[in-house]
Amino acid sequence: MEVVIFLAFAIVAVVCAVNLVVQTHPISAAISLIVVMGSLSVLYLQLGAEFIAAVQVIVYAGAIMVLFVFVIMLLNAQAERKTGRSLVARYIGVPCLVIFLGLVTFLLRALIPSSDVVTFGGFSGGTARNIGRILFTDYLLPFELTSVLILAAILGAIVLAHKEID
Amino acid sequence: MDFIALSLLKAALWAAIILTTLAYLQWVERKVIAHIQVRVGPSRVGPHGLLQPLADVIKLLTKEDMVPQQANKLLYVLAPFLAVSLAMLPVAVIPFGPEVEIFGVRTSIQLTDLDVGILFLLAISSLNVYAIALAGWSSNSKYSLLGGLRSAAQMISYELPLALAIAAPLLLANTLSLKELAESQAGYYAGWIPQWNVFKLPAPQIVSYVIFLMAAFAETNRVPFDLPEAENELVAGFHTEYSSLKFASFFMAEYANVISSCALATLLFLGGWLPLWPVERGSNYFPSFLFLAGAALALYHGLHPARRKDRRSLPVVAAVFLGMAALFQIPLLQPILIPMFWFGWKTGFLLFTFMWVRGTLPRFRYDQLMGFTWKLLFPIAMVNLLVTSLLVALFGG
Repeated sequence: MEVVIFLAFAIVAVVCAVNLVVQTHPISAAISLIVVMGSLSVLYLQLGAEFIAAVQVIVYAGAIMVLFVFVIMLLNAQAERKTGRSLVARYIGVPCLVIFLGLVTFLLRALIPSSDVVTFGGFSGGTARNIGRILFTDYLLPFELTSVLILAAILGAIVLAHKEID
Repeated sequence: MDFIALSLLKAALWAAIILTTLAYLQWVERKVIAHIQVRVGPSRVGPHGLLQPLADVIKLLTKEDMVPQQANKLLYVLAPFLAVSLAMLPVAVIPFGPEVEIFGVRTSIQLTDLDVGILFLLAISSLNVYAIALAGWSSNSKYSLLGGLRSAAQMISYELPLALAIAAPLLLANTLSLKELAESQAGYYAGWIPQWNVFKLPAPQIVSYVIFLMAAFAETNRVPFDLPEAENELVAGFHTEYSSLKFASFFMAEYANVISSCALATLLFLGGWLPLWPVERGSNYFPSFLFLAGAALALYHGLHPARRKDRRSLPVVAAVFLGMAALFQIPLLQPILIPMFWFGWKTGFLLFTFMWVRGTLPRFRYDQLMGFTWKLLFPIAMVNLLVTSLLVALFGG
């Protein structure tokens, strides 16, 4: 049962991720990305990380992607058209892709130990309480640094947006 | 009874109850608005227009289903489907009552109790935007597009105060499960004042209750925040191009969202299914008493009829009310009916507030709408959250 659900959502995630790149219309691509986020949250849920699963939907599918869709709709972006083809992309593109994928596979296999540690529902530290505690003890410094980084980005956005009005 | 059969039974029961409520909520709303505006409201189809929802459904079913030629067909069809299914999902986690035992089977009145129930509801409500935004965009009409854009901006903005207003009572309850949240509000101060989160010490949540309600109005696109479908500017907003059942599904989704918002407010702030005063002081007799009083009133007016038809119709109403009063005293049904009575009573009051506001307030201007949430609601919700966490940290929670 768990394997069936995992395979179903994993396939949906991969197919939609490919669709995201292949689609020419921005809205279709954005919707594919939303489906990818949703399927990923189901995979998180299967591993036992319920809080991360919920937050995945709230933050990524709910907030960030709404902004994407909003901007695409506001700019009224049309389907992209194919312009002149670059020779470089035509002849070196596919070999480069193959080499890159091979490299990624090799690195993943070398860096990550055999996968018998990961089981469905095997992880039990996924509650909001656990994550909150870990964030404010073990990972306090990275957490605060990320917050400051995001704050800087927000301030930058405000400054840039303000400049245009003057 | 095994788990799957029981779950299917409960799901069917709740789906039936919610769909009936949806249909009749529209009738109730039309009646309430009509009486606020000194009109009669629907009165032709059936007694007091009670069959009006049925007539509306038949009318909508038989209308021609049109798809604009320039529309994005897939998304155009997907949007109303998405709206209804997302709006019906919250029913799965909302507990309408405590755990009960019926015919030897111990079960909860809730369909399922998630450990992260509140987050599930937030996730569903954050996905609701897509239905409206995509409907507006895929219709390929300027009015629909503007409606969709407005709704996306409005929903993102109001989700912030909404989430902050939800977070404050969670600090008092110390849980994310909706069932435990309601159970944590049991008990009474001085034997009378319920320990609901609006009254609960050390940090009564009156401010976040009001903020939650205002944000809920905006999240469900209701007056005074119904900018996405402002008739005088945008024809009908995001659903301008929709007809027939697709149009009806947007209406259904709106009402289902209103119901789940009211149910969530009841759970978060008004103690869920817990009675207004303790059982030891006779709160279990209150439903029967209420129906008996209604029956007596109907009987009195039936004996002194103002119109001729009242002579026959009002005694029937009195008999129905008497039957309801008797139903609440059957010991077998009491553990189910009494919690659901209190839950329905509180949610019903909030639903009435939604209609009351619609009949009273005019629509906001767009800049007022945005200024209201970013400059007023959001800072207040933030301060409220900080004060609550300080009080909980100081005086224990």
